[in-house]
Amino acid sequence: MIALVKALWTVFLHSFRKRATIEYPEKKAYLAPRWRGRIVLTRGPDGKERCVGCYLCSAVCPVSCIALQCAEDETGRRYPEFFRINFSRCIFCGYCEEACPTYAIQLTPDYEMSEYDRQNLVYEKEDLLISGQGKYPGYDFYRVAGVSIGGKGKGEGENEQPPIDVRGLAD
Amino acid sequence: MATLYIDNKPYEFEEGRNLLHTCLGLGFDIPHFCWHPALDSVGACRQCAVKLFKDENDCTGTIVMSCMTAARDNMRISIDDKEAHEFRAEVIGFLMANHPHDCPVCDEGGECHLQDMTVLTGHTYREHRFKKRTHRNQDLGPFVHHEMNRCIACYRCVRFYRDYAGGKDLEVFGWHDSVYFGRHESGVLASEFAGNLVEVCPTGVFTDKTFRKHFTRKWDLCSAPSVCVHCSLGCNTIAGQRSGVLRRILNRFSEDVNGYFLCDRGRFGYEFVNGSRRVRTPLAKKGRNQKLEPLDRSAAIKRVAELFSSGRPVIGIGSGRASLESNFALRQLVGPQRFFVAESETQHSITTEIVHALRRTPASRASLRDVAKAGAVLVLGEDVTNTAPLLALAVRQACRTAALTNAHGLGIDPWNDAAIRETGHNVRSSLVVATPTLTKLDDVATTVYHAPPDDISRLGFAIAHALDGSAPAPRGLSPEIEAMARGIARDLAQAARPAVVSGAGSGSASVVEAAAGVAAALYKVNHDACLCMSLSECNSFGCTLLGGRDLTAALDAAERDNAEAVVVLEADLYRNCDPAIAGALLTLPRNVVVIDHTLTATAAMADLVLPAATFAEASGTFVNNEGRFQRFFSAIAPQAGFAPGYRWIAEILSVVGPEAPRWETLDDIVNDMESRVADCAGIRAAAPSASFREGSQKIARQSFRASGRTALLANTSVAESPNPADPDSALAFSPEGIQAPREQPLVARYWAPGINSVQAVSKYHGDPPAALVKGEAGADAAENHGAKAPAAFASHASEWLVMPLHHIFGSEELSMLSPSVASLARSALIVLNPEDAAKLSIRENDAVEVSNYALSCACVAAIASWVTKGSAALSVGRPETQGLDLPEWLWIRKAGAP
Repeated sequence: MIALVKALWTVFLHSFRKRATIEYPEKKAYLAPRWRGRIVLTRGPDGKERCVGCYLCSAVCPVSCIALQCAEDETGRRYPEFFRINFSRCIFCGYCEEACPTYAIQLTPDYEMSEYDRQNLVYEKEDLLISGQGKYPGYDFYRVAGVSIGGKGKGEGENEQPPIDVRGLAD
Repeated sequence: MATLYIDNKPYEFEEGRNLLHTCLGLGFDIPHFCWHPALDSVGACRQCAVKLFKDENDCTGTIVMSCMTAARDNMRISIDDKEAHEFRAEVIGFLMANHPHDCPVCDEGGECHLQDMTVLTGHTYREHRFKKRTHRNQDLGPFVHHEMNRCIACYRCVRFYRDYAGGKDLEVFGWHDSVYFGRHESGVLASEFAGNLVEVCPTGVFTDKTFRKHFTRKWDLCSAPSVCVHCSLGCNTIAGQRSGVLRRILNRFSEDVNGYFLCDRGRFGYEFVNGSRRVRTPLAKKGRNQKLEPLDRSAAIKRVAELFSSGRPVIGIGSGRASLESNFALRQLVGPQRFFVAESETQHSITTEIVHALRRTPASRASLRDVAKAGAVLVLGEDVTNTAPLLALAVRQACRTAALTNAHGLGIDPWNDAAIRETGHNVRSSLVVATPTLTKLDDVATTVYHAPPDDISRLGFAIAHALDGSAPAPRGLSPEIEAMARGIARDLAQAARPAVVSGAGSGSASVVEAAAGVAAALYKVNHDACLCMSLSECNSFGCTLLGGRDLTAALDAAERDNAEAVVVLEADLYRNCDPAIAGALLTLPRNVVVIDHTLTATAAMADLVLPAATFAEASGTFVNNEGRFQRFFSAIAPQAGFAPGYRWIAEILSVVGPEAPRWETLDDIVNDMESRVADCAGIRAAAPSASFREGSQKIARQSFRASGRTALLANTSVAESPNPADPDSALAFSPEGIQAPREQPLVARYWAPGINSVQAVSKYHGDPPAALVKGEAGADAAENHGAKAPAAFASHASEWLVMPLHHIFGSEELSMLSPSVASLARSALIVLNPEDAAKLSIRENDAVEVSNYALSCACVAAIASWVTKGSAALSVGRPETQGLDLPEWLWIRKAGAP
């Protein structure tokens, strides 16, 4: 009997405490910048797609929910022809972001992805691609990689000498 | 067996190899770059350092390059030794100093020997403070992509291209850390074996340009062991696909057949599988002159089955590009009497002659390995570089046997490549190239003779007569040719393992008879003699085993028996015979059914087209030019619309005749064939059956790292479907199962823990099974002498003897449907003697018209002095020259001339 009253008293006291529940969706929870939520594909400082279609994200994905096809434009720059993430399988582990050598794929602080139909959780490249650089501003893979693309020839990257002239006498 | 102590543990090994090769074979990982199992050692990269100890008391040891040290009995070495390890890490550090940091966009990434070796030595960060050296790339043609920045200067490319394959246009330029591997200027690599640079290069300098267009990482490819369909040699390949698109072809090591290499036609001809002219659903015409329209699968089968209930006979035409199983199924459907082969009368007589010659010859039947080891080679009448390219590569290796023997006498180890080449500069084995046309082997030949096919045949008869007096001698031979024949006969008789090489390419049966005669005569004086002949298509040998007759006989039968229908299996009749015969065969019978994967001219004439699966989508067996049964397996899972030829026929048979055998799986057909066709005994040994398991598991077609399983098809349906079943083979469409099988016919990719590149091949030892077509019992060697030498070539007044001119890119049907190969094909060429050209007032590159009574074809002139006066050579297999059965006497005139 005493225990019952004690319990009721505790419940009564709680009604004066600060509320832990958030009035979602009117109020949003605080999410850390490094929260691993909805995956996006970012663009480089020049506004072009960062993804070069290297398949590392898809290889590292423990639930195999990323599929893509790499393609190359006429200047030698690579991009994904399609890029598909099946969010109904994604476990938001962030391995893809870790594996990405170009900072293209990033996880964002957003979890509002509920759908009535599971098919709607299949995101294509146009659903994933954002217009900004995300968490890593300023990085451009092609500036440090030795391949030439439109607007960057051989030897024009960072830390590179001008190309060798094989016909030179003493180079 | 000898004993080698590696890090104080004894291992058994066989002497004769270097330390590196021995250790790799024992399962050890020693980083290496310049050594390649086929190119041997030069000690250029200094990467394979190990510690060698004098005896068990020696604790200091010396660092040696394992590739340059012979493995000997009781040798003591250490791979894990600290100093050796540091040495190797330092070498990698130097090699990586200029590496361009572009693995994500490099096609080699994930199967890169440099990546594997870097991980193996533990090198992680670049310690070089200075800027990276850069190079400009070159455009090397439609097959090979060049990215020079990735080079580590191991010299493998030039060693393969120049020393092994005899190419001349890939060079090394520059010096010290700026050496450059490329051509003197951008341009198409001239060697037919340039595609091997993709596999030989340990980094991403040379990558597959066709693969780049639909790039997929190695771990995502669903691969299956396959057999090349672009010539009769049957090189073993690995076909890799993803999403139903065939992505690339890689070499599958086969000791007896292709070894470590493929030709460019075999490697890059695969794109016809993804071609726009593929038929993917049954097509039917409502009436003869109507258009082909899609039809339901069951309706199509019903329509074919109805043809058999009419009471009139149905004629079946098999072909050398369909599998043995499909041809056999067709033969069972129409009956052996009404089974024919898509070959003209001449072609068929040559194919049959070759198969008989190979099965009856007292000499041994030569595999490509036998040819490569031959002490002397006689190439009679065949331009092997263009008809069976890898045979040319084998012949080129045979030229080195004298240098190898010479080096052996000097005490040089057989793997010491640089030393052997140094001592063998002026030592060359005897190679006789006697062909109607100029060949690329002429540069290494000791004797070259170009003449019309009859004269080539006469030379063959003369050689046979010189070897064996009882063989018939050709009459009226010039003293020079007679002396040449005697010299060749002497060289062949004295050589260790001499080989006679010929084939169907010259279009002359008497050349084949002559070659068989030389082999038989040679055997009498040299029991190590062997005979190798190439055929026209990948399964010509197998088709001949089933005993069909030619297309002229098919037309006769169709007319005589008032045939209800003709069923054509994977053949374009217009390519294989006179268009009049093909046209009659496709119009006389009331119905024409074509089972093919591509909409050919023949398929367009059909009333009903059943879409067949290509080699990449079906499993089956081909018999190569040596008579070796070789199984290929489907890389692409069965799809709704099309099916292998034998499956269509099995379904038709199940409707037509309830008493017909029920073929559920490929094994059912194989077993049935083995019991019904005596010559096909041994086909079962080609590969393990579908019930085969390695440790209770199937062999995985996909790597265990295969990705995107839950996303690849999610755009169509988010619900995942189960992996397709494969009742026809011991391979599974799944990453689950054995990754590195022991059986050579089931190897779907080369991989070993830590070795993701194709260099993992060094860790595989499975030899291909010896599934050979048996020789003909009671065959008499003397039978070959029944043939008579033809009369000498004599020119005609107004006609020219037009001989076939083969092109590696252009003469073969399927590879021409591949855009990369087609881009290298030239328009039909006629090569004329300068005097003849002057007489006809034709100049180089003039448009020329070549004609007989029925046909006329347009081609472009070329002038060369190797053409005998009164003869000419014309491109075969080109659309312009279809229907001509070369060699043939034809009229030649300048286009527009009267």
